[in-house]
Amino acid sequence: MKKLNSTWYNMALVLTGISVVAGAALGYVNSITAPTIEALKAQQEKEAEEQVLNGQEGTAIKITDPKGFGGALTVMVGLAPDGKILGYKVLESSETPGLGAKAQDWFQKGQKGDIIGKQAGNLTVSKDGGEVDAITASTITSRAFLRCINAAYETLSKNNADGQSGASQQVNN
Amino acid sequence: MNNMKVLLNGIIKENPTFVLLLGMCPTLGTTSSAINGLSMGLATMAVLIFSNLIISLIKNLIPDKVRIPSFIVVIASLVTILQMLIKAYAPEVDKSLGLFIPLIVVNCIILGRAEAFAAKNGVVSSIFDGIGMGIGFTIALTLLGAVRELLGTGKVFDTTLFPESYGALVFVLAPGAFIALGYLIAIMNKIKN
Repeated sequence: MKKLNSTWYNMALVLTGISVVAGAALGYVNSITAPTIEALKAQQEKEAEEQVLNGQEGTAIKITDPKGFGGALTVMVGLAPDGKILGYKVLESSETPGLGAKAQDWFQKGQKGDIIGKQAGNLTVSKDGGEVDAITASTITSRAFLRCINAAYETLSKNNADGQSGASQQVNN
Repeated sequence: MNNMKVLLNGIIKENPTFVLLLGMCPTLGTTSSAINGLSMGLATMAVLIFSNLIISLIKNLIPDKVRIPSFIVVIASLVTILQMLIKAYAPEVDKSLGLFIPLIVVNCIILGRAEAFAAKNGVVSSIFDGIGMGIGFTIALTLLGAVRELLGTGKVFDTTLFPESYGALVFVLAPGAFIALGYLIAIMNKIKN
């Protein structure tokens, strides 16, 4: 078959045709994958809620900080009723692989930036005069992470004042 | 036989990373560890094979003056489909690589092969070109990732070879990517001559 000439008519026709086919293909794949992706996300959040509470009494709160290093940072934080940190899990992040992406492990029990058992609310990295060691070469990620933890505490105290009306919390007795 | 030559061409003689120096942005950006390099290489290979296949099929339907926008639409759609599939069926891969998948669209290897090979050759050899270039890219990225991970953290594929405190953090950061890539290209040139 001979190659089509570059006339206006041909060009408009071909570009429209390709866009329509591409759009249809994208729509089709999206309709198949979207429910799976949603279900996966819901399941991960549920697992995270149980994981961060670690079988203890407390509240799991999901917090998103828009100013991580690569974009929004979403963390599930488990807090005891008095605001002590029971556990955490990074749900969504766009942090640098190998650096800021270490946040999931860095602040866990026994690691360099251990925050488990600390009182949430006013945590800052050591560079800002606080007592938490920031992830090496990822101060911005660490700050965003601690903002999430502190914001979780604020939500907790506000909920306590309002008499337990939070939407995204789960109390584990 | 000829297809074998096309395949090997992409792996050695015209290796996209070490010889053509194409697609440097994902090469430098994603290779902070061996596993990241490997996954990025495989994801790129998948897109490369399908874009070569589709473009060689429709090459005669595309008028010359609009070939670039047409190729871009095909490639961008393939990448988006890949991203949705990975999100739904390989959440672990999505976690470590999610950020870089959309960047495959702007990887000039894919547009380069569409333009230089698939638009001029038949379907079968275009597929072989995609596989060859994909393997060449994957090997290069895995190698670069392994070198950077080893020098930076003392680990390769999570196997610890020496304690992390001896590692030079710079190799995990962007400057280390340039340094490691430069030395790897030098070594490749030495071996080839």
